[in-house]
Amino acid sequence: MSLETLTIDHLPPNYCVYAALFRDVSNPDFLHAQLLARNNAYDFAFIDASSVISRLHLLSAIFRGLTTLADGTLTATTPHAEIVLSFGVNNNVSDAYRRYGISPKTKDVIVVKVVVTEEGKEQESQSAEEIWAHLAENVKGTPTELTDAEIAKSTDWQKMRKYYGLNNVPGIQKGWSEERRDKELEALVVMKMALRGL
Amino acid sequence: MTTPIPPFPLPRVLTYPTAPGPPPLLIAQGAEGRLYKTTHLHPSRPCALKYRPPKPYRHPILDARLTKARIAAEAKVLDRCRREGVSVPAVYALDAAAGWLMMEWIEGVPVRAGINTWLGERGEEGEGEEGPIVELMGRMGDAVGRLHGTGIVHGDLTTSNMMLRPVVGSTTTDARRRAVEGEVVVIDFGLATQSSSDEDRAVDLYVLERAFASTHPRAERLFGHLLAAYGRTSKKAPGVLRKLEEVRLRGRKKSMLG
Repeated sequence: MSLETLTIDHLPPNYCVYAALFRDVSNPDFLHAQLLARNNAYDFAFIDASSVISRLHLLSAIFRGLTTLADGTLTATTPHAEIVLSFGVNNNVSDAYRRYGISPKTKDVIVVKVVVTEEGKEQESQSAEEIWAHLAENVKGTPTELTDAEIAKSTDWQKMRKYYGLNNVPGIQKGWSEERRDKELEALVVMKMALRGL
Repeated sequence: MTTPIPPFPLPRVLTYPTAPGPPPLLIAQGAEGRLYKTTHLHPSRPCALKYRPPKPYRHPILDARLTKARIAAEAKVLDRCRREGVSVPAVYALDAAAGWLMMEWIEGVPVRAGINTWLGERGEEGEGEEGPIVELMGRMGDAVGRLHGTGIVHGDLTTSNMMLRPVVGSTTTDARRRAVEGEVVVIDFGLATQSSSDEDRAVDLYVLERAFASTHPRAERLFGHLLAAYGRTSKKAPGVLRKLEEVRLRGRKKSMLG
């Protein structure tokens, strides 16, 4: 099973977060259609992996989305929509879906599922096995380990630079190593997301 | 009879568990807020969390608005500095309404501690070499100059609000020399404002000069090295230094009000 359970500091203990990466998905149009139809069986955050630069980037968006949920100040309709919104730099949900969500042309997909268990109702909530069974059956792609190296293979940096306003940043110097540059770009991306709405 | 002082209530975000990581640690408290050392997302990623608790003496609506505006202002200043290449902590996450801001944890000691280690027990007049501390003064002047170059004044420059980030893989063995090496990282932008006027920049330097003289009286005469380095950071900097002479004569307040 390639469904990873993410542990994220400072979230309520009854929030379970699962994530998986699927490569070369052949049915993005189908998945996209389920989203548009608001099919409840597809209540996941489907992220276009080309819009993600690292685990840190992904986890930061999840953290922001779920602190909003914990605060009771959700601006999107569902926690999953809030996570997609949290990737963005403004408060426009449909904009965020267009940029970070899947489209009929998406190749690699990161799926995030949040399950909030309520006391006394544990058995009603979906188990990791059930979630995985559903995904494995309906997302037609190659399950891949959700590592920084695998995410990096999908990242479209040109798009990222545009979305997060990272072209011609004076703080990034020409002589830096690729590693140092990417690390600083990642820091600036996380900052941009954190500052959304100020 | 003494009753133990109850610990401060934690901001809600810190009441949730951190997987095997360490519990939040109260590092400092000021009049406005508290600083915790905790983790961001994962135990391997330390962070500083600044929390501005609600003030019971203020009207709740006003209080919420002020807290939100101040957290937002500080985050924006940090973002701007970082994009411009000034060494400041990166913002990791924030919730302006809840009054907290998570930032990069800067390793190392405050410049204040580094300078005090260097000065040690020795007497006033510099016996021996001064190269390393003169260089540190230069790096401080450079950091402040570049900060001002982004259109920001810090508002509370002291040697406690600058950190010395240790050099990775340093080969310095002498403890005193090691104490004053490292990159100068400016922290605590809680009072920072946007301004490009010579007046505001000169007052920023004046505050630092006064703080430096009272924190490190034995090193007071080295302050000129800081100013010299500051003067080289931009075309406007020499004008600020001229303004500083004016400010010294009259003090921090221009209007004599307030």
